[in-house]
This record gives sequence, structure tokens and C-alpha cells, in this order.
Amino acid sequence: MTGIRVTPAGIIGILMVAALPLVVRLFFEASEKYYLHLLIQILLWSFIYTGWSLMGRFGLTSLGHGAFTGIGAYATVMLWNFAGWTPWLGIPVGVVLAAVVGLLVGYPCFRFRITGHYFALLTLALTEFVRLCIVGMRDYTGGSLGTQPKRYADGVSLYALQFEPDRMLSYYIAFALWLVGLYVWLRVDRSMDRYALDAASQDEDAAASVGIDVTREKLKITALSAALCALGGGVFAQYQMYIGPDTIAGLGLSLNIVFAVIAGGLWTLLGPTIGAVFTQMLAETLRVAIQGSAELKGLLGNSALALDQAIYGLLLVLFIIYMPKGILGTGTDWWRRLREKKAAS
Amino acid sequence: MVDLVLGLFSRLDCSPDIYFLEAIINGLLLAGLLALLALGLNLIFGVIDVVWICYAEVVMVGMYGINFAYKGGAPFLLAAVFGILVTALAGVLLHFLVIRPVLETPPINQLLVTGGVLFLMQAAATMAFGVEFKNVGIRLGSANVAEMSFSYARILAFLVALGGMLALWQFLKRTYVGTAIRAISQDRQIMPLMGVDSRRLYLVTSAIGGGLAGLAATLMVLQYDIYPQIGLQFGPLIFMICVLGGLGNMVGGFIAAFIISQFIAVGSSCFHTEWGYAVAFLFFMVAIFIRPQGLFGGKS
Repeated sequence: MTGIRVTPAGIIGILMVAALPLVVRLFFEASEKYYLHLLIQILLWSFIYTGWSLMGRFGLTSLGHGAFTGIGAYATVMLWNFAGWTPWLGIPVGVVLAAVVGLLVGYPCFRFRITGHYFALLTLALTEFVRLCIVGMRDYTGGSLGTQPKRYADGVSLYALQFEPDRMLSYYIAFALWLVGLYVWLRVDRSMDRYALDAASQDEDAAASVGIDVTREKLKITALSAALCALGGGVFAQYQMYIGPDTIAGLGLSLNIVFAVIAGGLWTLLGPTIGAVFTQMLAETLRVAIQGSAELKGLLGNSALALDQAIYGLLLVLFIIYMPKGILGTGTDWWRRLREKKAAS
Repeated sequence: MVDLVLGLFSRLDCSPDIYFLEAIINGLLLAGLLALLALGLNLIFGVIDVVWICYAEVVMVGMYGINFAYKGGAPFLLAAVFGILVTALAGVLLHFLVIRPVLETPPINQLLVTGGVLFLMQAAATMAFGVEFKNVGIRLGSANVAEMSFSYARILAFLVALGGMLALWQFLKRTYVGTAIRAISQDRQIMPLMGVDSRRLYLVTSAIGGGLAGLAATLMVLQYDIYPQIGLQFGPLIFMICVLGGLGNMVGGFIAAFIISQFIAVGSSCFHTEWGYAVAFLFFMVAIFIRPQGLFGGKS
């Protein structure tokens, strides 16, 4: 298949994202760290969401990706804390492990054609299993309280892949990762596998009858998707310098991944990124708005803590009912219709 | 890693003694409650073909409702009735506001939309009642038989759950509405042509499913603390039981509850609690690989 050509608009977009920290430095110097932290979070989550959407767009709605991010994060940190392996080795181990788990769970699923509800609930069981294992090995993992990777030297180190204190560096690491995610998405989008999977997601029998090895195709995309999410989990652990079974694994995270992608747009390149921007900004804006206003704070009291979650849940329900294509999908539809109208008149 | 595995096995103490027997019987008692929880979800899936991912959250709402009424001075039985009414209403609202608009969309949307409700309900509960653990403060004590102890709350839960299931079975078998519900679960396309108002039946089913969650909540407030995230503890377990028994298959779910609860009870008594659950989930995944349609499911 043809290579991927970056359009001028794409180049401008990439340059703009690359220049974001400079804008932050220019205009918000006082709270630079905070804004950069927000941007880094958005990029890291975008990467993980993009990894999930590789599978999700073909009707493979997995609730198991909380397991893969968890495996990536915990494998990295456990190997570093207890075996002294640098994350340069630890992250690949986590990635391979997640891919293998994905294949092990995926093979019977695809072989026996477990789809729809059953697939979602089965992968949900995988998530829960991994979370229980993490909590169960509490002597090592810190149980449900979570744990931290041991700091190396002053906290910025190539060997230990620790970069959290240097936000600029962290940003560009997250940025590079995000680009990798987009590149993989495009590669998949332009490949023969994409057509095969599209066909299989619409009618498995028909796809198989024209010679598509459905199980094999689905396994490939599952392994890839799991590996990307584990990579994201590993890097996320290195940036946050904290991992907990509910922050980087578990059902809540799995659902968050699915929802952010649906909110952003499941079938487009930048949908997951928009989803990450949307969900992170929503939580952050609400938090700041409530903390910043004395009346709101007084009115809500302690319950202010959950207001963003409540609005988030409500929006998700509305999104799935009224905008199943997500923000970007609906937006481009409008744009296209507008242009067609113009062309017709 | 090696001493981790060794550590696991050093805790392995499954000699067939009195504690082992106690664990098995406690597992049996737990199974009643789990079967009741699975029953509501199976009923809804069987009839409406929708999975309420937030089913355990409906139970949580019921628990808060009961706690609220009981602390407000109502006798426990009245509080329980109040809880059941609240959850039945929650079921109706859930169907009317959330499920009905997406009934014609891909099934996975229906599952995800209730996932959004899960977040909403958890957050709403946190806002209304805070994150603290609450307890109705009723202690029923426990029965001691030959050095084994079983809490009355669990025995009661088992008996009431069985009673509730029998009542539902009789309802489905003997009443006109029950017959219609069974019919529509067998063929969703034909029944409306026979003059059955499927919209009304869906609402009735949602109310019954919600009410069953309320009944389960009544039994659970006697055993567990109430907190907004309690659904995450039970939810995955309920789905697992339903899928293992074959989604929509009520008898299958009943049997699966007994299998899973034995894994949990015996596993927890041999290892730590989490490992009991982990073993159960592992068993579930293996079982599904061998029989994808569920242990007792027919061809779907």
C-alpha cells in the first residue's frame, strides 16, 4: 500500500501542537507547570485512547484495556523496584506481556465468535482479574493504595527514564508518543487489514467466504492495540511517578477509555485526541470553577468533589443517545453537509 | 517472583477440616444473594435484550434508600418496601429515559449508555450522601453449629433470595403479564404482531428488574457497609455469573451463582480474599472459552 503523506494542513497542525509549550511559557509563565501538566495528561491519554480506538472502530468494544494499561504500568514499575531493570527493558516487557495476554484472551473469543455483549463482558472480566491480581500481590504492589517507582538520582535520568520534574522534556516525550499513536492509526487505516476488518465487522461469514482469515486479522489488531495501551500505561507510570489499581487499571479506567473515544469520535484519526481534550478539560474546568467560586463551594460543600463525575456521566449518556459519532464525527458531518449545500446552490 | 509464588502456596491450607466445611456452607449462603442479583439482570436481558452495566448501582441506590428511610424512623420492613419501590422506579426511569431512545441502535451502544448512567449514579450518590461508609446498624448475630459460625443475616439473605426467585417464577408462570413477558423473551419480532404492547411490557420488566435489585439491597444492607463505589465490587461479579449461565437464561444464572460463590468462598478461605475472586474470574474466562454461549446457554 502507499505510504503516508502528510498534508500541509497536517504539518501546520503538528507544528502548532509542538509549539504549545512555548505559548504556555510566553503567556502563562506564572503557572507554566500546571498548564504543561494538563497538556501532558491530554497527550498521554490521547495516545492510550488512540490505541483503544484501533480495535473499537471495528466493532471490537473491549472493556479490557484497563488491564493492558495496568499490565504495562505495573510490569515497568515492579521490574524497576524489585529487579532493578531499567524501564527501557521494563516497558518492552510490559508491552509484550500485554500483547500476549491480548492474544490469549482474543484467540478463543475470535475463534468461537464471541462478539457484542459477550465480548464486552468477557474483557470486563479480564480487567477485573488483572485488578484483583494487582491488589492481591500487595506485598509488592502496595495493594489498593498503589505504589511509586523508586526515584533515581535527582529525578531526571535517561537510564531510569524518569523525567517528571522537567515538564518541557515530559511534554515532548508525550508529544512524540502521541505522534507514534497517530502514525500507527494511519498505517492501519491505509492497510489491507483495515478493509478486511471492516468487512469482518459487518458480516463475518461473508468476509470469511472471500478468503479473509477473520480470527487472524482480529488477533493482529488486538495485539497491536493492547501493546500500544501497555506502552501508554508504562510511560504514564514514569510521568506520574505513582501507580494505583484504580488510576491505571480497573473497570472505571476501561469505561473512561471507551467513553472518551466515543465522545471524541470513534471513526476518525483525531477523534480520540478530541475525546481526551474534552474529558480532561471538562473535569479540570469544573474543578477550577467550583474551587474558584465561594458561593458554589458553599452551596455544594463536599459534594463538589463528585460534580464533575456527575456531569461527565450525564454527558456520556446524552452523547451516546444523540451524538453516537462523537464531537469530531458530528462536526465533520455538519461541515460536509454545509459544503454540499453551498455546492448545490 | 519465586518467593511470591512460594508465599502464595505457604498460605495454602485447604485441609478438609471444619473451616473448610464452614467456607463451603458460607459460599452456599452467598450464592443465594448472587443468584438473586443475577436474576434481575437476566430477566432484563432476556426480555429487552439490554445489559444494564449499572445494575449494581441500582442496588446501591436501593441500599441508600433503605438506609435513609430506616434512619428517618421507619421500621425496617417499611424501609425495605420503600427501597424496593425506589429501585423499581429507578428501573422504570432508566428504561424510559435512557434505554428507549437507543433500543434501535447497535447493542453495544445500549451497554455503553448504561455505563454512563453508572458514572452518573455513583457521582450522584457521592454528592448526596458523601464518600463515608454507612451502616444501618442492625446486627442479627450468628448461629453456632459445631464450632462453625454462620451469620443470621446471610441465612436470611439466602432464604429470602430463594423466596423471591420462587415468587418471580410463579409470577411468570401463572399471571397473564408473566406469560406475555415469557413470550416476548422468546420472540421479540412476532409478539407485537400478536397484539402485545411491547413498550408496556418493557416498562413492567424494568420495574420488576429494578424491584429485584431493591430486594437484593434489602438483604445486603444487613451484611455490608454502604458506599458509592459498592457497585464496582458486585457489578463485575453479577455480569460474570449471568454470562457463565448464559445471558438471559435464568436457571443457568442460578446454577452459575452457586459455582462462582464456591470459588470465591473456598478460594478466600485458602488464600486472601482477592485471590478467591481472581480464581473465580479465571475460571470464568476458561469456562467461556470452552463453552462461549455459557455453561447452560443454548445456541444464540
